Amino acid sequence: MKTSVQEIKDLTIGFQSQKGEQISILKNISTTINKGETVGIVGESGSGKSTLALAMMGYVKHGLFTISGQCMFHSNNLLEMKNKELETIRGRKIAMIPQNAGQSLTPNLKIGYQIDEALKLHTDLKKEDRDKKISELLNKVRLPSPDTMAQRYPHELSGGQQQRVAVAMALAGSPELLLLDEPTTGLDVTTQAHVLELLNFIAKDTDTSMVYVSHDLGAIAQVSDRVIVMYSGEIVLDGPVRSILKNPIHPYTYGLLKSIPKLTLPGLPNSMSGSQPQPGSIKSGCSFYERCEFSDDNCKIKTPTLEYINDLNTYVRCFKHKELTNQNDLNSQTVKSIENKILKNEILDLSNVSISYAKQKFLEQLFNKIEDNNPTVKDIDININKGETLALVGESGSGKSTILKSIAGLLKTKDGIIKFEKDKVLSNDLKERDNSYLRAIQLIFQNPDESLNPNHTVEEIISQPLRLYFGLKGQELKNKIIEVLDKVRLGEFYLTRYPRQLSGGEKQRVAVARAFAAKPDIILCDEVTSALDVSVQAAVLNLLQELKEDFGTTYVFVSHDLAVVRAISDRVAVLYQGRLCEIGPSKNVYKFPSHPYTEVLLGAVLEPDPDIKPKLVAEDIVEEKPPENGCSFQGRCPRILGDICKNEVPPWQTSESGNLIRCHIKIDDLKNQQSLN
Amino acid sequence: MNNKKEKQKNILQKILEILKTMASKPSGLIGLTILVFHVVLAITSPLYVPHDYKAIDPTLMLTPPSSEFWFGTDSLGRDVFTRTILGGRTALTVTFFGSLIALLWGGALGIFCGLVGGKTDDIVMRIIDAFLSIPWILAMLLIVSLLGTTTLVLIPALGFFYGKGIVRVARAATHDVIAKDFIVSARARGHSNFSIIWNEILPNVRDAIMVEGAMRWSWMLLGFSSLSFLGFGVSPPTPDWGLMISNARGLMSFAYWAVLAPIFGLSTLIIGINLTADAFAKALGIDRSTKAPV
Repeated sequence: MKTSVQEIKDLTIGFQSQKGEQISILKNISTTINKGETVGIVGESGSGKSTLALAMMGYVKHGLFTISGQCMFHSNNLLEMKNKELETIRGRKIAMIPQNAGQSLTPNLKIGYQIDEALKLHTDLKKEDRDKKISELLNKVRLPSPDTMAQRYPHELSGGQQQRVAVAMALAGSPELLLLDEPTTGLDVTTQAHVLELLNFIAKDTDTSMVYVSHDLGAIAQVSDRVIVMYSGEIVLDGPVRSILKNPIHPYTYGLLKSIPKLTLPGLPNSMSGSQPQPGSIKSGCSFYERCEFSDDNCKIKTPTLEYINDLNTYVRCFKHKELTNQNDLNSQTVKSIENKILKNEILDLSNVSISYAKQKFLEQLFNKIEDNNPTVKDIDININKGETLALVGESGSGKSTILKSIAGLLKTKDGIIKFEKDKVLSNDLKERDNSYLRAIQLIFQNPDESLNPNHTVEEIISQPLRLYFGLKGQELKNKIIEVLDKVRLGEFYLTRYPRQLSGGEKQRVAVARAFAAKPDIILCDEVTSALDVSVQAAVLNLLQELKEDFGTTYVFVSHDLAVVRAISDRVAVLYQGRLCEIGPSKNVYKFPSHPYTEVLLGAVLEPDPDIKPKLVAEDIVEEKPPENGCSFQGRCPRILGDICKNEVPPWQTSESGNLIRCHIKIDDLKNQQSLN
Repeated sequence: MNNKKEKQKNILQKILEILKTMASKPSGLIGLTILVFHVVLAITSPLYVPHDYKAIDPTLMLTPPSSEFWFGTDSLGRDVFTRTILGGRTALTVTFFGSLIALLWGGALGIFCGLVGGKTDDIVMRIIDAFLSIPWILAMLLIVSLLGTTTLVLIPALGFFYGKGIVRVARAATHDVIAKDFIVSARARGHSNFSIIWNEILPNVRDAIMVEGAMRWSWMLLGFSSLSFLGFGVSPPTPDWGLMISNARGLMSFAYWAVLAPIFGLSTLIIGINLTADAFAKALGIDRSTKAPV
């Protein structure tokens, strides 16, 4: 018999609407967290997963209140305890690791001092013992040289290191239960894999129960023993990680898993239609009814209950789960393979492009020159063919967005030439570019909340490029806007809506519509799907592909997500510290031999499958500046040869399958070394 | 054409909604009531004044309040009630147009500086800083004594001096939106600076600037009354609260009524504008308490 740490009984949390109705955000949640167990709570934004995690600490956000139910920690109901009493539990018995460690650490206090504060509060140790404990904790989270680390300020650490410090602080009170709210979102792929591996180790080592809250099924798969899937404030699926991810018997989980692009399956994943219902809008029937591909009339009238399935040891909230038990097509799913008509004429040609963020000194300003021997982006040579999708991949700081900005003319290049349609040189200065070139190159941004003017209606947003480039007015303008909206599958009634009245996916569609309204030849996509939920991401990727097939547009697609890149691109360019490492057809880049950095990136990808573990080959150190001489990846390369890598810029080598790799190691040697793993 | 009418209707609806939100809290309701009362009074008072505001009668000098002279009379025997209800007219008109000018030039320059940044911004802001460091009353006195005290001098001069602060607020509000991707997007499309200011920035900073303008209005009113008090504002015999206070203050110990009435008029108007501006800010979702005034 396992001992339970926390037991949530029939918990309902909600708010009072302006009309005086009680609207539930969490509906009748019941679950138990056992000692030493790691539970993953998964759901898209708005599913109530964070509200649940906070309730586990006995905290209910301002404006919300507990309607019914209990949250028992051993024999205490956390939701009825006074703040004074909660203080003895929070931090000591239950600790939380927030999403963004960089913001949760006080910027002007040293790391050691901040951990000491946590120790003072949560333990009864004396000063000398605390000092010992600090280095012990920093050691435990695998930070190098703990004593010097304790003397540093948060901004002197990288994102991964900050997250480790947050873990150390949470462990200070040796809690029984650790809550992690999206602990690795926002970290680079390699860092993410390392942090998750560390958390896994700590869970096993200290027998701490952990609750992960995340939208990322890949991360959840790596760390959890049990997974709870939430939808619209309800638990829809609750069971062991393998049965949930390998044989999801709830249609929502099934659809979610199918909409995640995977490295092993090239092509675009299926998308789920619709979006999560607004809280309070579902009065009867299944909350997933609208989006479900298995539903029938019964689902609309009757509300399903959480049912226990013995063979799978799983709870499920669905009438139709039997139909899904034998659906075993998760890995043989029919993905749409992309077929782009690529014309062999270059539409965009970057030759020898370098970009520097260095500030011009006074004399340099006079001569309009930049002296910087070690620019952020250096020697980029890429040709892009008409109709092609070229992806730029790399971790943060790899210069991928910088290159996009230069192509768009927003950032001046230091050296090199950017040519459009073979012979037309694009000016370095946006103001000197001809309007027709500006029209030909359009941008789509990462976060539609920021890229759409909050005070404009959809009509005004889309009319901007139409008025600017085509001078449309009146009825003609309106017709054109409706036509463009229709192309991104949005109806005419969206015209008068403001961005705040749209869901994340709809906003990004409007952003896509605005880019396409200019009838561009090239669209620069800057992490266009990373702010979106997985099911929406798949829909946006599919939309981009369809529009491309209709208009023959060329995409330059920037992303840190290798699986997304795999799904949509024809060719991939891998960047590290602003230098190209590898470029080639995407199917080749994902096969060995590859550049050691590509190998590291590919190894760190988290697949939503508990049996595929990430390979951690290189350290997750963050380099602030590219090295002045030699190979850009020398600092982290697991296969470094020696002085040659530090002194000489590696040559381009062509592999037999046709991708270019910039490395000192001979192609055949690379192939042999990599096939050993 | 239909579109335009619809737009006008929308704007009207929005204004009504804002007014409703403002009036939903007691402080906002009180502020609005006081302000509306003062404005209505200023517009209509000439129609029903009981006495002639400039009729001097030495025999009636400093009579205490009575049924004939509700607020008593001043040192020249003029009716204080008549002069009080007329006394806000000049102040309100001058400061209303003054703050409008302040709002326009301050807002425009602030947004422009925030958008272009760099050297232009540096130079303009240092000039503004230099002006901010000069006590405005000294500069005002200089202008007024050189050019006279007509409203045509006072309105632009006050508008100029009270616009400096708005430049800073507008610039800061612009900095909040300038880094957003929709501005980058407009730049990349190749819109002109004017188009970016008009279409993309203005709708996002308008609220902040309007609230700041409302706040400056009450400050300017106080400033204008100070000028009158010093004898540089309205010229006698035109009734004005500042001037009335100035004339009656020496006799305060035995004829308190002559100074109390204009003080009451001036302070209620300023409190009214302040409360309204605060309620206006809250209705627009800008909380002044979290943003320090510049």
